Amino acid sequence: MEATAAQEQQRAAVRARGLTPLWACAAVAFLLVAVVTGVLVGPVELGFMRVVESFAAKLHVPGAVSPLNETEEAILWEIRAPRVVLGAIVGGMLALAGATYQGVFRNPLADPYLLGVAAGAGLGATIAIAYLPEGLRGQRALPVAAFVGGVVAVSLTYAVGRSARRERDAATLVLAGVTVAAFFTAWQTFVQQRNTDTLQQVYSWILGNIPSTGWSDVRLVLPYAAVAAVVILALRRVVDVLNLGDDEAASLGLHVQRIRLALVIAATLGTAAVVAVSGLIGFVGIIVPHALRLLFGIGYRALLPLSLICGAGFLVLADVVARTAFAPAEIPLGVVTALVGAPFFALVLRSTRVGP
Amino acid sequence: MSAIELSSVTVRLGGRPVVDAVDLDVGDGEWLALIGPNGAGKTTLLRAVAGLVPYEGSIVLDGRPARELRRTELARLLAVVPQEPSTPPWMTVGEYVLMGRTPHLGPLAKEGREDREAAAHAVSRLDLDGYEERRLGTLSGGEKQRAVVARALAQEARVVLLDEPTSSLDIGHQQQALELLDSLREESGLTLVAAMHDLTLAAQYADRMTLLDGGRVVVEGAPRDVLTEALVEVHYGAEVDVVPVGGRVAVVPRRSPIPRPSGYTPPRERPE
Repeated sequence: MEATAAQEQQRAAVRARGLTPLWACAAVAFLLVAVVTGVLVGPVELGFMRVVESFAAKLHVPGAVSPLNETEEAILWEIRAPRVVLGAIVGGMLALAGATYQGVFRNPLADPYLLGVAAGAGLGATIAIAYLPEGLRGQRALPVAAFVGGVVAVSLTYAVGRSARRERDAATLVLAGVTVAAFFTAWQTFVQQRNTDTLQQVYSWILGNIPSTGWSDVRLVLPYAAVAAVVILALRRVVDVLNLGDDEAASLGLHVQRIRLALVIAATLGTAAVVAVSGLIGFVGIIVPHALRLLFGIGYRALLPLSLICGAGFLVLADVVARTAFAPAEIPLGVVTALVGAPFFALVLRSTRVGP
Repeated sequence: MSAIELSSVTVRLGGRPVVDAVDLDVGDGEWLALIGPNGAGKTTLLRAVAGLVPYEGSIVLDGRPARELRRTELARLLAVVPQEPSTPPWMTVGEYVLMGRTPHLGPLAKEGREDREAAAHAVSRLDLDGYEERRLGTLSGGEKQRAVVARALAQEARVVLLDEPTSSLDIGHQQQALELLDSLREESGLTLVAAMHDLTLAAQYADRMTLLDGGRVVVEGAPRDVLTEALVEVHYGAEVDVVPVGGRVAVVPRRSPIPRPSGYTPPRERPE
């Protein structure tokens, strides 16, 4: 009897630290605070309780009647809420994709744009802005062009990496990504210089922002982001094994190339989709996973879901700063993420001992 | 019955055969030491058996052609202890050993009770009780090595391939590690194939030795037959005395100035 109790205890000690309920709750609480802040802050004062009542009415809670007038309802449900939701999707996806790339390529400096998705999307967007007629450009064509550009660039990276005579290892792929990104960026710069009249527009797209365009962008992005997140989170245990290196992962029975491809496709599609509507918001994909890693010293199994939730909260808050700091003017979101993110990251780096 | 059978296995790296038409038979429960000078092809041969490099010829594991095995099947038959394993410093010993269960799990599955039991068993076999929650970054070299072996053990494979298992350990830890491997072999009926540089240590523990040079098998047999002064001189370029010690042999380097080509001046004394 005693022996089995000891065994039981021992088995309990051997455990993988996944996402514990405590961490999950803390992360979700952070996201909730961010979302509430995002919905409440703006030029028109809505009030917390009134927003809650309006939300209850939306959910058809019996007896709940929205206290907001028609304009306020529109501000809340057609402008702020979709923008907050879109910001959350973009931030969550970028942080999750960044963490995934870092694990898959065993490179702490990997970000979601590593394999050329940003350069490709940038080229696609620049072409759309420069050459498409005004009417087509805005809502419909630009995200599609950016998405296609991003996917084409990463596919090209894979093709180049594959054609290398050496074994298809992770480092070859990263080098191919650098090559393809340089090529697409050069092309993008060329197109941009030939069409200086649209320079301003291209520039503001590149710096990134969350558009206030209602729910249409959310509908556009959500399916891709959802599928990508499900695939990555389902494979999260394996990312830790992959992070040991190709040889060790293979000798532990993993089909390294196949799993890496699945993860890269998921992360790339998700990134391309969010970049298509938000532009190139930098830093989220590096800072969020790293801050979590430095604070908690955890493996990918817990890091990936936490990155998704905290990345979402982080970008919603960054967007609040972007649209309110110099209201009514907006600061590009990419500038905010770097300005807020870099000092915070430096602080985390200083005050921690548990390295990655 | 053989655990591993190699027939005319050749591995080419950059067109050059690094392992050249090797035939090898490892019996069930046997401890085979692969010896040979640097660049003899020991590591590459181990990598071929583990299915990590493409090879010509045939490798049969447990009666089944290795090429026909899926990665997970291969990993359930055969565990690898690499020379420089990657040990993420933030990872706990428990998490690390649990990764040995990977071949028993689908890519989407989570570890179950059985997996935790197997890992817990491996942890206590390697005397790592109480270390489950310790991070790898806080372990000493010897403890880390035990964690790596525990991970291989948790894989529950019959064959363990070890590449220089003692190269980073001091003599006490070398002895501990090899004694431990030997007792694990006896208890669990493991087959061990280890590439080893330390000939004396190899002679103490291995049942049989295979001497490789230039990718080819030069000689194989019992340690006392393989480790002769002449063979060591020819293949390692070392002058040694081979001394019988307690039924085994020890290889002791003999002090002798290395003959220099005539007209040779040591680099330090060369004019600029």
